[in-house]
Amino acid sequence: MWARAVWLAFRAPAGGRRGLTAKAGPQGSVRITAEMIEHLERLALVDFGSQEAVARLEKAIAFADRLRAVDTDGVEPMESVLEDRCLYLRSDNVIEGNCAEEVLQNSHRVVEEYFVAPPDRWVLRAATSLWTFGNRL
Amino acid sequence: MAAPMLRWCCPVRRWALACIDGGSRYGRGAATGCTSSGKRGQSSVAQQPRITAQKPRKGEHEWAAVVGLEIHAQISSNSKLFSGSQVHFTAPPNSLVSFFDASLPGTLPVLNRRCVEAAVMTGLALNCRINKKSLFDRKHYFYADLPAGYQITQQRLPIAVNGSMVYGVCVGKKRSQVINKTVRVKQIQLEQDSGKSLHDDLRSQTLIDLNRAGVGLLEVVLEPDMSCGEEAATAVRELQLILQALGTSQANMAEGQLRVDANISVHHPGEPLGIRTEVKNLNSARFLAKAIDYEIQRQINELENGGEILNETRSFDYKLGCTVPMRDKEGKQDYRFMPEPNLPPLLLYDAESLPTAADLQQVINIDQIREQLPELPSVTREKLVQRYGMLPEHSFALLNEVGLLEFFQNVIKETRAEPKKVTSWVLNTFLGFLKQQNLAVSESPVTPSALAELLNLLDRKAISSSAAKQVFEELWRSKGKTPAQIVSEKKLELMQDQEALEQLCHAVMEGHPQVVTDVKKGNPRAINKLIGLVRKATLSRADPTVIKEILEKKLSSGDVSGPSARGRTVQP
Repeated sequence: MWARAVWLAFRAPAGGRRGLTAKAGPQGSVRITAEMIEHLERLALVDFGSQEAVARLEKAIAFADRLRAVDTDGVEPMESVLEDRCLYLRSDNVIEGNCAEEVLQNSHRVVEEYFVAPPDRWVLRAATSLWTFGNRL
Repeated sequence: MAAPMLRWCCPVRRWALACIDGGSRYGRGAATGCTSSGKRGQSSVAQQPRITAQKPRKGEHEWAAVVGLEIHAQISSNSKLFSGSQVHFTAPPNSLVSFFDASLPGTLPVLNRRCVEAAVMTGLALNCRINKKSLFDRKHYFYADLPAGYQITQQRLPIAVNGSMVYGVCVGKKRSQVINKTVRVKQIQLEQDSGKSLHDDLRSQTLIDLNRAGVGLLEVVLEPDMSCGEEAATAVRELQLILQALGTSQANMAEGQLRVDANISVHHPGEPLGIRTEVKNLNSARFLAKAIDYEIQRQINELENGGEILNETRSFDYKLGCTVPMRDKEGKQDYRFMPEPNLPPLLLYDAESLPTAADLQQVINIDQIREQLPELPSVTREKLVQRYGMLPEHSFALLNEVGLLEFFQNVIKETRAEPKKVTSWVLNTFLGFLKQQNLAVSESPVTPSALAELLNLLDRKAISSSAAKQVFEELWRSKGKTPAQIVSEKKLELMQDQEALEQLCHAVMEGHPQVVTDVKKGNPRAINKLIGLVRKATLSRADPTVIKEILEKKLSSGDVSGPSARGRTVQP
């Protein structure tokens, strides 16, 4: 599951926005650099805590790369299986909401009808504390 | 980021070393608020002592600034963009949240028709090309007030592109002249708003209210055609007026319905554009221009001291009056845009392409929307100028204050006085009193009818204009009295008795023979002195023009004929 998530991150999104380019290693396979790992970890909040995990990641990318063998010249990309459907337009009426209690039910912590979220930094700290690779910063 | 072409059609504001533009503060080393530190620290003295020249050499030390804007306007609708929960400013926390807004699994977005219409209306009003097919995408980032972990927006193919907007900048010594400038509209897109986070630093926790999560936003992207804070602020104001006239957004910055981010860079004229910074958190009309000007100056100072500008995101600190880097942004954000898989393309139609056997509720006709567009502010202003013969700057002033135009029109309806008089009274006297006491038009103690009645009295010459001012003051202070009442109470009626006035004039002339001689000698100011004396004698209850007429008649019918001083009467 996570391999697919990682693949989606690597695929160049429309508009050619490519933050970090993968380096081509021997035999045309992709080499993952330390910076890329850090970037991915931060973005996707996954943990690449071991050499094994990185190797697995590289294999997954190589597997997905086989798609490039397909010739798509002159073919319009299909972005959604729904492209022939009509987009339903809803009338501007209030028909839901007013269920604070239900909505807050799932929250780990609640204070006076507010969700309690951890402060911003926590997200980054948790991700980077699990990272055990070489030196960074 | 491709550097956009800089348009030189409008005079670009030059940021020279020395002070220009009537004492502008954009000189080197001028301290505007705090000196924020870039990487290189404070602005230190350069190695070679530079003479602060009064007139910079052409092109050498001049800077040009370039400002682009991203404006988010909350759509005025009953329910949210993709869900049926209510849109309302104040409500108990998390009470206007549907399961979709809370991003619970199994929920799907359903597009609100009203939001699409609002986007089309705005696009048409800003001369954009409406894309008959537009797409929705997901923009991913992690933040506590974004429960889904992504925002649904329109990155690839927005609903409207390539428009333009004209706005009027006040120039001249008294800022009384209006120059029209144009800014290109890059695109308009529909997107979701995020929730609100309240930071409780005491207990180190963040409280989240999702009432705002999912509310429809119109993002209007303005190309970097603006060159300083004032132009940017004026453009934003014009967009506010347009959105309010269309009814697509209430665009109230104080309530967070209009938010502005600015992209700012500086460069030497003729050279390529510099690195830009993004300044976020510009949510106050008052500080918009200040913040942008501060950032421009900061960049100039930084570059002149040999530093460099980082392509970073900064925010404006209102208390300190300066821009500061935002701590959270570590490195460039990668939003991993992907098509929104749950929404097919949004298709719009016009009169030609309208499908025949269509459910009208499911179809949006661009031509129909175009026909039903309300009157835009620029058209309203043009009509005012044509109909009432006022100057363009007056029309701007009338539209700029909430409720002022309506007030003006109500006065016009009820009075016989000339439109120019009404304009002058509304813009000078009435507005002056409002500003002095920091009141809105709706809080004015003087009603349109009262002012109309006062102007009628003035028009009939029942009172003089100085008396009218007194009456106005009294109207302002004491509610409930009509102008007529005040006039009779204070005995401000003009003397209607011609004979009595002539006698008074005669008496004054007899009493001041020296002045009379001065007048006959041709001293232009002497006649005014005489008029003043007569006015005093009448306790200001006589019309100066009438006094002048009588005096001149008496003088010319006197013994010595000759050019009597006909100076311009000083209008009170």
